[in-house]
Amino acid sequence: MTDWGTPRNAPLSLRRRDASLRERALDRESPLRRLDWVLMLAVLALIGIGSLLVWSATRQRMINAGLDPQSFFKKHLINAVIGLALASVASLVDYRSLRAYAPIVYGASCLGLIAVLSPLGSTINGAHSWIVLPAGFQIQPAEYAKVAIVVGMAMILAEKRDAEDTPRDVDVLVVLGLVAIPMGLIMLQPDLGSVMVMVFIVLGVLAVSGAPKRWVGGLILAGVLAAGVVAPHVLQDYQVKRFTSFANPKADPSGAGYNTQQARIAIGSGGALGKGLFQGTQTNGRFIPEQQTDFVFTVAGEELGFVGGGAIILLLGTVLWRGLRIATLATDSFGRLVAAGVVSWFAFQSFVNVGMTLGIMPVTGLPLPFLSYGGSAMFANLMAIGLLQNVHMRSREL
Amino acid sequence: MSNRSRLRLIVMRVLVVSVLATLLGRLWFLQVYAGETYTQAAMDNRVRSVVEPARRGQIYDSSGVPLVVNRNAMVVSVNKSLLRQEKDRGKAVLARLSAVVNLPVDEIIRLTTGCGARLPDGTLAKSPNCWNGSPYQPVPVKAYTAEDPAQMKVVLAIEEHREDFPGVTAELQPVRDYPDKTLAAHLLGYLGPISDAERKQPQYANALNTAKVGRSGVEETYDAALRGIDGKQQLVVDKDGNVTSQQSAVPPKAGDALVLSLDKGVQKLAEDALQRWIMNARGTYDRVSGKNYLAPSGSVVVMEAQTGRIAAMASYPSYDPSIFSKPITQKTYDALVDQKNGAPLYSNATQGTFPPGSTFKLVSTVAAAAAGNSLNGSFSCPPSLMLGNQKFGNFEGEAFGTIDMRTTLVKSCDTVYYKLAYNEWQRDGGLSTKGPAREIFPATAREFGFGTPTGVDLPSDSAGSIVSRASKIANYKRYKDDYCAGAKNPTYDAYRRAIDAENCVDGALYKGGEAALFAIGQGDVNSTPLQLASAYAALANGGTLYAPRVAKALLSADGTKVTPIPPAVKSKLSTPPGVLDYIRSALQGVTLPGGTAQAAYAGFPHNIVPVAGKTGTADIQGKQPVSWFASFAPANAPRYVVVAMVTQGGTGGTTAAPITREIYDGMYGLEGKAALLKNGELPSALPVVRPDGTLGPPGTKTGRPAPTVVMPASPSPVPSPSGQGSSASGPLPAAEPARRTSVQPRT
Repeated sequence: MTDWGTPRNAPLSLRRRDASLRERALDRESPLRRLDWVLMLAVLALIGIGSLLVWSATRQRMINAGLDPQSFFKKHLINAVIGLALASVASLVDYRSLRAYAPIVYGASCLGLIAVLSPLGSTINGAHSWIVLPAGFQIQPAEYAKVAIVVGMAMILAEKRDAEDTPRDVDVLVVLGLVAIPMGLIMLQPDLGSVMVMVFIVLGVLAVSGAPKRWVGGLILAGVLAAGVVAPHVLQDYQVKRFTSFANPKADPSGAGYNTQQARIAIGSGGALGKGLFQGTQTNGRFIPEQQTDFVFTVAGEELGFVGGGAIILLLGTVLWRGLRIATLATDSFGRLVAAGVVSWFAFQSFVNVGMTLGIMPVTGLPLPFLSYGGSAMFANLMAIGLLQNVHMRSREL
Repeated sequence: MSNRSRLRLIVMRVLVVSVLATLLGRLWFLQVYAGETYTQAAMDNRVRSVVEPARRGQIYDSSGVPLVVNRNAMVVSVNKSLLRQEKDRGKAVLARLSAVVNLPVDEIIRLTTGCGARLPDGTLAKSPNCWNGSPYQPVPVKAYTAEDPAQMKVVLAIEEHREDFPGVTAELQPVRDYPDKTLAAHLLGYLGPISDAERKQPQYANALNTAKVGRSGVEETYDAALRGIDGKQQLVVDKDGNVTSQQSAVPPKAGDALVLSLDKGVQKLAEDALQRWIMNARGTYDRVSGKNYLAPSGSVVVMEAQTGRIAAMASYPSYDPSIFSKPITQKTYDALVDQKNGAPLYSNATQGTFPPGSTFKLVSTVAAAAAGNSLNGSFSCPPSLMLGNQKFGNFEGEAFGTIDMRTTLVKSCDTVYYKLAYNEWQRDGGLSTKGPAREIFPATAREFGFGTPTGVDLPSDSAGSIVSRASKIANYKRYKDDYCAGAKNPTYDAYRRAIDAENCVDGALYKGGEAALFAIGQGDVNSTPLQLASAYAALANGGTLYAPRVAKALLSADGTKVTPIPPAVKSKLSTPPGVLDYIRSALQGVTLPGGTAQAAYAGFPHNIVPVAGKTGTADIQGKQPVSWFASFAPANAPRYVVVAMVTQGGTGGTTAAPITREIYDGMYGLEGKAALLKNGELPSALPVVRPDGTLGPPGTKTGRPAPTVVMPASPSPVPSPSGQGSSASGPLPAAEPARRTSVQPRT
């Protein structure tokens, strides 16, 4: 019997079957030791801050309604715990089997998106994006679709012939065809924000995959043209208004510009040091709609000031930076492309979300990763972090 | 990894860093650079001010009898900015409202149009028949008293059908009420909405844009104290307007109660006497004009001689100030200012200027003495006198031969005064003035307060006019063109054209005839009844000219503070006391047999209350004479000055003097009348604030410690009451005094 031997860098559990739990945990090759702890801590810090902000944003409303003021805070934490469990799975699952799961994840998200458009779907805040389940659970399939297209694209683009360093045109076309289905379904909801996130994921993954410039440039050009020519005809009235109102929120303070105006007032009045947690007058006065979800950054701006808001931006920056580092250090194309996709996703969503509260981006209804309240987004975000960790644990420089 | 991939990852890093830098920069700009702007915006966002209006102080007479009180009325208001949002800009709503409140649509539009804005017919809306307040406030269009049976119907029609009346409200509002209707209306005044321009003035600094402020009388003068300070709550609200907390609260400070020196009984007595004798004059035939006396208007002033305080001040005709508590219609307002009705809105006591006639001989006698004439000398009283080429006669050509000064005053011999004044005019150089003229007569008149406002604590206070060389030149410069045009104006009668032609040539010259007429209070001498009363008070009290005072004290609403309003000395006369003594003594003879007022005072108990006075019968070209009587009593120790005046009312002795007699009778309880004043005195103590906030007569027990007396910060001798010469007072009934020219006098 041939003993293939156990690789030297295999986890201790494989090398020594009698190793204790403590020894395994502290082993150089154990998943805990191989985690990107900087990334992990930044994510945990964002979740921690986010839960406080969600608490503060919902506290007064719950008190007014005679409900538990901490209920959103608790639910946010529960979401985070479930999300972290999902992240563990995503980080520990075998790389190769991940590729096998990709079609399943992709297919499931597409089914979810179709279900949204069926009578099962529900409209919340003007977007037909949710499936409401019993016991107060809601699923937003578009969030999972982001994970699906990241993994799906990486899988296709990483399957290269030996001689080829970059994807062929046919690979790019297959990828575009692959993402067109979920994007089209999301466009029908319509959830413009998620579609734009996906466009950026496609751009990021294609760019890093080494696809020819014409594809990258062509996609950017197509996106701009679509926004300029098609969008005004296809988009709903409220979507156009949201898009144009950010330029001049004072034009119609009680209409579409109301959110941006109130968001700016809340953040601006926070000053350098903020009014203190739970002390935000605009927050407690409930002047900002959707504050625990899309506008959660305004709570930070008002109550924690420039110091707190800046810290959040730097933490998000840390996540992105570590993501790019993981992409750079990845040993194979699949890992690199997954990391690139996740970074594109978080980068775009963070910039658009914070930018919208600061009045430099239109209101698109995108949540802020890890901070905004919402289960589906939290799960999807943490699954993406799990994927980053998975890639990291298998990178060569460890 | 391909180089291309590596390069693109580096590009991504650059993009991420620049995106983060952008966010941080923008965050810094909003929070640190522009943070203060947003802090203010956050305040505006969530802090709402709620105003609790202060209760306006009520107004009382010197014994604590209320003259002006607060009452609730149902007021129907229109909010124009809400109305404009209607599809038809509110036309249908106004039509419905018109039917409910029984007012034409045009009238509602007129009431709600801002003053100075254009009405639908293109004309400009003029005060006060337009909305003088803030354009963002609901405008009252109709008010109903609690007793009005229509009130309930209107409220139901509007409040039960809110959807038919967007922008229309019907709610209870405090309004001023005048229990005695027309009594002392000119002195009390009324309220009107504050204008945006007024809110910028310091005395209205704390007034809200909904405030109603005094528009006339003591309501205007003491507006700030009466108005009080509105309470303000700063409430923190959430986005739905729910109150989450209270940031600050300042309770309203009710306005002070205003106590006047006025006695309601004496005021009523004066008004009744004035009206009765005006009616009497209207039934009396005037031989000169060949018809009954018109007697359209008149006035009475009762002043405390030793303090200048007003005990009563009547002006006929009067009006009910409560008409200003409701939106006023154009017709009503027109009637108030129509000269044909005697212009009830104007106070004849303080705004009406008339030649004082022989009552002015007080000034002339003092001037003659100052010019060096001995009062103990004898004077020739011929029936007429030739001065230059003009003949000046006595009233009805009377002549008394050579008489002393006392008889001159008692008989009111004009020719003596013509001569005295003419001599002085000649001494000053006559027509060709060389060097500075003494001008003793105009100077003395000025010393007695003629030609300048009295300084009374009322917003309307006319200066009247006196003639001097300087004023002639000034007037000539101003009116020369008018004179010259008037000389050729075919619509003027021959007399007026002749006068204008003369003035066109030498209107700047102070002629001997004018100096002579000046001495008998004719020509271009004009005085208000209040000015004359002040001058006689100075005579009566031995030489102190007071700025008259209507108000006596302000009492804080809780009764803890008293702010007395002290008498205000305007100036001291330079006249030697002996001269004043002489005149006082001489004027006693006027009401006695042989005097010009003997008929009016026949049978009067002179032994109880001796009355001294001077009649005046002043001519105005083309009109019947003004009847005057200026008096004081008791003549030996004067306490009151009573001046009565009736325009086109006949001689001083027949119409004005009997009014003063009725007033003395009532005040002192003479000739079978009940005495209105105890010991002939007005109460010296102030009324007191009862625990329930109402006022009680002086001496009422309150169970509280005596209030703190707050002396006014700077008791200036002539305070300038707020809103001097207020625009709301309008033009004066006596126009262009400088252009008036008299004919032969009759006194």
